[in-house]
This record gives sequence, structure tokens and C-alpha cells, in this order.
Amino acid sequence: MRLRSAIHLGSAALALALLAFAAPAVIAADTVDPVADAKAFKKFFTDKFPKVKLEDFVNGPYSMNEDLHKQWEEKEQFPPYEFSLEMGKEMFSKPFKNGKSFEDCFPNKGIGIRQNYPYFDEKEGKVITLELALNRCREANDEPPFSYVRDDMAALTAYMAFTSRGKPFDIKIPNDPRALEAYQKGKEYFYTRRGQLNFSCATCHVQSPGERVRAEVLAPALGILNAMPIYRSEWSGMGTTSRRFTTCNSQIRGVPLTPQDDEYRNVEYYLSYVSNGLPISGPGARP
Amino acid sequence: MTTTGYGFFATRRLILQGVGAVAMVGLGNLPFLAPALAAANDKYPEDAFKAKSEADAIKALYGKAPEASDKVKMDAPEIAENGAVVPVSVTTTLTEVTSISFLVSENPVALVASYKIPAGTLPSVGNRIKMAKTSNVTVVVEAGGKLYSATKEVKVTVGGCGG
Amino acid sequence: MASTIRVRATASGETTEVQALIQHPMDSGFVKDAKGEIIPPHFIQQLTFEYDGKPVFMADWGGGVSKDPYVKFAFKGGKKGDDLKVSWVDNKGATDTNTAKIQ
Repeated sequence: MRLRSAIHLGSAALALALLAFAAPAVIAADTVDPVADAKAFKKFFTDKFPKVKLEDFVNGPYSMNEDLHKQWEEKEQFPPYEFSLEMGKEMFSKPFKNGKSFEDCFPNKGIGIRQNYPYFDEKEGKVITLELALNRCREANDEPPFSYVRDDMAALTAYMAFTSRGKPFDIKIPNDPRALEAYQKGKEYFYTRRGQLNFSCATCHVQSPGERVRAEVLAPALGILNAMPIYRSEWSGMGTTSRRFTTCNSQIRGVPLTPQDDEYRNVEYYLSYVSNGLPISGPGARP
Repeated sequence: MTTTGYGFFATRRLILQGVGAVAMVGLGNLPFLAPALAAANDKYPEDAFKAKSEADAIKALYGKAPEASDKVKMDAPEIAENGAVVPVSVTTTLTEVTSISFLVSENPVALVASYKIPAGTLPSVGNRIKMAKTSNVTVVVEAGGKLYSATKEVKVTVGGCGG
Repeated sequence: MASTIRVRATASGETTEVQALIQHPMDSGFVKDAKGEIIPPHFIQQLTFEYDGKPVFMADWGGGVSKDPYVKFAFKGGKKGDDLKVSWVDNKGATDTNTAKIQ
């Protein structure tokens, strides 16, 4: 008991120390270096898994395990997410009550743009994710927003991801201290331990990709959002990034945040940015 | 004159059903008779799908027991990604194949699927099955009136039945 | 209403390869819902593929087949542009049918 509280105090102290160094009210541009981060991030994973091609990291656990890869290949011939994808395509062009549709809210009618999300909105001073943009589109057209964790949002993002398949992630961080701050906060969230199991996202996805946590093979953090949204065998259905973040929090026995809370938007920003250059592979299938 | 490999079944089932339409077997090509022929062959093997044990299911389907054969090549994972969707396929070099069935011994109902292979169709099937837990998966092939099988253990860590 | 049946049939030399994915819950009748009540069985029992008026493949299925069932097989014959007809009937007596062109 004493040892555990000592460790807790220790890690809390360490976290505080990190925060003290890394997060003053305004982040000076020369202490946050996303370009160097991204390079180091990719190098870490390619060094750890020299046999995995860079673009294959987007396949998560399938890039880590041969037996799983084979099962995945078989299912990809005619994937179980076909129906969700079709539903998303229909929903995207179906008019709202006022006659407009999602096509009117997005550049190029929403086709082939997924790889640009999330982006930092300089007017608002916050990160805008694809799911958030979709619901804002609905609200702007007097339609009720969709749940971030249910089938409708999953189908819509599945369709948009599909139209961007193969395109490299192209997340931009404008020369704005608030954007850098959002990026950095996302990075901190990613590396901060939480929950009763005291895991950070990195504990599983940076320290232990390819290994098992109970029965599941862990995915590498590099490319982890490229396959979103994902059709999980466990869910027997398609699930959004929001769903994955909230369930991950619950699984490490932490309190999940509300979907699209700032922390989630920031961590999505960080994780997407460091995977720049890797192809969009969504919608993805997962165990 | 039988039209297809399963003409044998057609004759048996038609006679069993008391339909005096044995002559229809040879006329299976005529469109207006095809539905009747299809209906006669369509009897869903209720009993086989009620059998709890693998052996009972095979007996109900085929009336005999299979012999293991290395000519039946089954492809199934070592460890299923998820018991709800396990891709399993089979192919065989045996000839005159008329039926291929998949069974999972530890499932609440052992028989999962049974396929009829008319003449001209390749003796190869791929499908996705549920497995409640780690179990033997058995494929049975009926060829030339005889029964052959292959078995493989597939480990399941997450139950496929909703657990 | 769109069909529940998706088919991909490809003529390759003398053979036509067929893959089908069907939207269906395939409830086995062994699973309980969140309230602890059994979800009643609801699954496709028979599936038939017809080419040129003749069955080329027939499936007898139970609740042990995965949700949104998939099947793959191949038959000799079949030309590009020809029709392949697929139909199913489930334990509730519901049916669906769809015709795909061989590619």
C-alpha cells in the first residue's frame, strides 16, 4: 500500500514537473516542436518494428500479428462494414428539412477531405474534428445533432473516410501559439496516466504494441487514427473516434470525458499530426 | 436421367414426400418445373440443426459417420480474432462432392452450416461462423456417397455469442 | 428499399467466383439482451444461388453463422454480363432476392 502511494506521489510529482516545464499560459514556439515530434514518433515505431512498412502501421493490430492479419485479409474481401458505408453515403446527400445537405457544409461536397481533419480553427481558437464539423453542419441547418458514439455518426465518418482512402494524413498546425498549445495539450493527454489501472494511452500503444492486454493484441499509436471509424468485431458494428476514446477511458477504469471535450479534440489533433504522411485507411475493421 | 449430382437426393426426397413426380428429375431444366424441383430439394434439415452433439448432427444430415481425410483442406485461424466472426474455408481434391458442412463441437448447436454442391460447382466454400468458445471446428465433405472430414482446434478468447 | 443482398460475381476463365454479403442479424436465440432476456432466434435458414434457371449453390444455415453473413464459392460456367440470382428465406418466413450481373 505504501509503495503504491509512493509511486502515485512520484508519478504525480513527475507529471507536475513536466507540466510546469511544458505548459505555461502561452507556449513559446521554440519549446514545442511538432515537426521533430512527428519525426521521432515515426522513428520510434519503425525502429521497433523494422519489418513493418510505414504505411502498414495504419492497420493496427493486423500489422503486428500474422494470424490476425490473415483473418483480416479474408474479411476485407467483402468487409462487414459495407452496410454502414452505404448508409453513410445515403445520409450524406440526403437533404435536411431545409433542402440543404451535408454536401453544402464541406469543401468538395465532403469528398476526399477527411485527411485534413482535425484542423485548428483560428477564429474560434480550437481544434475542429470531423465529427464536430458534421454535427455543427446539422445544427446550422436546424437539425438535431447526432450522438457522437452511435451508428449515424459512425456511418457518416465511414463514408467520408472511404472517399479519402489512400490519401496521406495532412494535418496542419498554423503559426499560432494557441494551435501549438492545443497540439501540446493533446500530447500531454496522450502521455498522462489515468484511471484505476493507471495507464496512459502510451502505456499500451507506445510501450506495448503487438503485445497482449488480456486477449487483445495492442495497436501501435502510429497510424492509429488513420483507420477511423472502425468496425469492431467486439461491437459487431461501426464506431466513431469518440466512441473509441470514451471506451478506452472506461477500460482503464477512468472516468470517460464527454465526447468532443477539449482534451479529446486535442489528443486527436496530436495523434493525427504525428501520423502525417501515412494513408487514410478508413473505415477500418478491428477485432 | 439425372440432371445434376444431387439427382440422387431429389429422387429420394421426392419419393419420401410421396410426390409421384420422379419423372420431373429429368426435366429439371424446364423453367416452369424448376421451382417444383427446387421446392422438393429445399427441405431444411431441422433435426440436424436441433442436434446438440456433432455426431448426432452429422448422423441426422448424412445418416453415416465420416472418416478423417487429408484430402479435405480446412483453413481456419489459430486464435480467432473474435468468436463472433471466424472466417473458415475448405477446399478438397475429392471428386463428386455433393455436400459440405461446418460444425463447431462446443457451440450450443453443433451444426453451423450445410452446403449443397451441384455438379459443376467447385468443392470449395468460405464462410464466417460464430464460436462460443475454444473448440474443434469440423468440416464434413460428402463425396461419391461417402463421408470425409477434417478437424482443427480454433482458440477463442472472446466468446462469439455476445459475451 | 435496397436489397439486403450484396453479390460480387466475377467470371475468370471457365469459372465464376461468387462472394455474397447479406445484411441480417442472424440472432441465434442463445444471446440475452441488456435486460437479461433472450433475444429470439432470427436467422436465414436457406440461401440459394441460381444461374441460368438452375441452382448452382444452396446453403442451409443455423444461428451459428455470423451476423451479416458472408459466403464464397465458385462454379463452372457463367459469362460476363449474365445474371446470377440470389434468394434467402429466414426462420420468420421473411425473404429477399436480388440479381447481380457477372463481371
